[in-house]
Amino acid sequence: MIAQSPALLVVVPLVGAVLCLLLGLIRRELCYPFVLAILGSCVILSFDVMGIVLSEGVIRYRLGGWEPPWGIEYLIDHLNAFIAIIVSSISFVVAIFSRKSIEHELAKEKIIYFYTIFLLLVTGLLGMTVTGDVFNIYVFLEITSLAGYALIAIGKDRAVLASFEYVVLGTVGACFYLLGVGYLYSVTGSLNIMDLTLLLPELYTSKVVLIAFAFFMVGLALKIALFPLHVWLPDAYTYAPSTVSALVAATMTKVGAYVMMRIMFTLFEPYFSIEFLPMAAILGWVAAGAMIFGCIQALAQTDFKRVLCYILIAEVGYIVLGISVGNRAGFTGAVLHILNDAVMMACLFMIAGAIYYKTGMRHIYEFAHLHKKMPVTVTCLIIAAISVVGVPPTCGFFSKWYLVLGAIDARQWFFAFLLLASSLMVAIVFFKMVQTIFFAPSPAGEESHDHGSASHSHEEHKHARDEAPASMMVPVFIMVAGILLLGIFSGEIVSTVIQYAVPKGF
Amino acid sequence: MKERYPDVTIETICRLLIPPIQLFALYVIAHGHYSPGGGFQGGCILGASFIMMFIAFDIGEVKRRMREKLNTILCATGVLIYAGIGVICLILGANYLDYGILDRILPVYTAKARALGSLGIEIGVGIAVTSVMISIFLNIATAGEHEGAPE
Amino acid sequence: MDTIQFIIGKFNYWVYVVLMMIGFYAMIAKRNLVKKVVGMNIFQTAIILFFISTSSKMGATIPIIQSGHGDAADHAVNVAQYANPLPHVLMLTAIVVMVGTFGVALALLIRIYREYRTFEEDEIYETLEVMRLKK
Repeated sequence: MIAQSPALLVVVPLVGAVLCLLLGLIRRELCYPFVLAILGSCVILSFDVMGIVLSEGVIRYRLGGWEPPWGIEYLIDHLNAFIAIIVSSISFVVAIFSRKSIEHELAKEKIIYFYTIFLLLVTGLLGMTVTGDVFNIYVFLEITSLAGYALIAIGKDRAVLASFEYVVLGTVGACFYLLGVGYLYSVTGSLNIMDLTLLLPELYTSKVVLIAFAFFMVGLALKIALFPLHVWLPDAYTYAPSTVSALVAATMTKVGAYVMMRIMFTLFEPYFSIEFLPMAAILGWVAAGAMIFGCIQALAQTDFKRVLCYILIAEVGYIVLGISVGNRAGFTGAVLHILNDAVMMACLFMIAGAIYYKTGMRHIYEFAHLHKKMPVTVTCLIIAAISVVGVPPTCGFFSKWYLVLGAIDARQWFFAFLLLASSLMVAIVFFKMVQTIFFAPSPAGEESHDHGSASHSHEEHKHARDEAPASMMVPVFIMVAGILLLGIFSGEIVSTVIQYAVPKGF
Repeated sequence: MKERYPDVTIETICRLLIPPIQLFALYVIAHGHYSPGGGFQGGCILGASFIMMFIAFDIGEVKRRMREKLNTILCATGVLIYAGIGVICLILGANYLDYGILDRILPVYTAKARALGSLGIEIGVGIAVTSVMISIFLNIATAGEHEGAPE
Repeated sequence: MDTIQFIIGKFNYWVYVVLMMIGFYAMIAKRNLVKKVVGMNIFQTAIILFFISTSSKMGATIPIIQSGHGDAADHAVNVAQYANPLPHVLMLTAIVVMVGTFGVALALLIRIYREYRTFEEDEIYETLEVMRLKK
């Protein structure tokens, strides 16, 4: 148990980013193993932090040795440590995936800068997760967003335009969050979450606090792409490079949802967020809209990554629905769904990246008979798709189970019905994909009758097994194994970690 | 800026003004605790002095004095100084950025060690901000073409 | 009287609201991408000004304690005489974020100009439509 691991969790990727730049300017080939070493140590540190939290309780780490209301502190409890493990593990796996994919999509000289910004993005995400000071969350939120803007703009096609739209909307979201912090500071004089928890209850009827809460919610809704503020997400994540899509889709929205949980349930009490204000109803309907809208739009897309983006919007709707029902089961479902969704989305985007690397195809109608060329990839795609739909024993089933239980406990029958209906719609989306891959009419079948053996061997050569390289398939296997294992062990995860993360008021 | 447009007035005034500006920038970095100033502000002024050189004189000629690669290395070094001081505090046993512990390696008392640690951090921030300002200006002025970029 | 006191007594907040709305309107409604970035800047500047205004006090001086030598913590400090330094420090960070975002936005604008040769949003979407129909 390293005593300084909360600070090291943020310092290691930060120093790593700078050293990656310097090392890369000396020798370009050193970047990739160095990034893997840094992210590997982040994974170890995050497990260490979880160990400390499980054995000793909540960590309150003082930055600079100054005492809490005057100094910044890192506040780590079970929820925090859980999200930190998710973020660091997924970054590590995506970094393994990134080698061949980025060499394919980016000029050689710029790979150093790519890995530097990659590590800065991970720094921002981990910093947002561990800190216990509202303004510090804003700083790390902006570090994350800036790194995200830069990474997304690397892509081809319309990536720069999509990134620009993301810049404008993301800045609005962060500025709203900053305004919320300003309002809270002007009435309480403190920025520390634990301190504000003590100071705020007598101010719940004051207009300034209500407006601050409203600004927090809208700002964070922009950042996590909650319907109807989701407009930037499909373009930005579709045209970004595959590695970047995998990383940001799996982590950024989830950490934003974690910040929303922090503000609704730790900063303000659950009584305030759910009963005093009608947030349960508002968030519930917004989340329902997200689920339906995401699934219907996913049906209409032809680009594979765009389908995944709209499914991501629906998944964010699930998480917010879990938050809004305001009971134990719903919250457990939301936190478990953060874990499951991160793994599923990373897996799916990495599969999309592998298919794009090998065949250059982006649209679903081009995937015809892909199972002859890349059978292992298609198998992984099917397992991940089954998990998104929610079939046991994959992990997606268990989080949806808790969410439906939560909706029923809160007597929200309509939302429970919507959860099941959206699962059905996602199933239709993936069945369409499976049908295109396996059962599309093959155009080459008629040719071989006409031209004889020459084109027959050509067709066999075209359909020869040609999987993506190992450095891209190994992360996909890890994620698929994760999907199955997390499903089987979800009971242990809930009983060891998540049940202590549920806030006191439930 | 792109082509040399020599003008005696501008060049002379810049030659006279830029050294005092840089000196003032260093003063602002060092006196952040006592008057308006600090790392970011001083770094901006120092960066502005370089930008003034780029505007008044030929970009190519000034780039021979301040190469882009050196700029990138300076930026990384600035952040490394900042994070490095914090890491030294970690190694010596205190929390991250707890400069009071530096009195074990520096021959001063605790409060002075805090002040010196703070000063070191400001210098790191100043160097990083200077190079970032120069880098932003160069990228925008040359519309993205810089040495080593494949076009 | 109450309305006039509401407007004139809190005129600084009205100034920030007006600035924020100008910036926000520019970000949303203007078609030119550079104007959107300028609006973003105005919006963030207004927020920074709002924060700093919460730190000022009537007749306050700069927050540096004049002491002789040794420990300045011996005598009590009358807080109302010194302006609050914390919002200033927070806003330094926010200004740095603003400059960083501005730099990224400008770099993106250069790339967009190089590819589409225009800054107007509707012309860019027209070009994209033409490119999409050609495929």
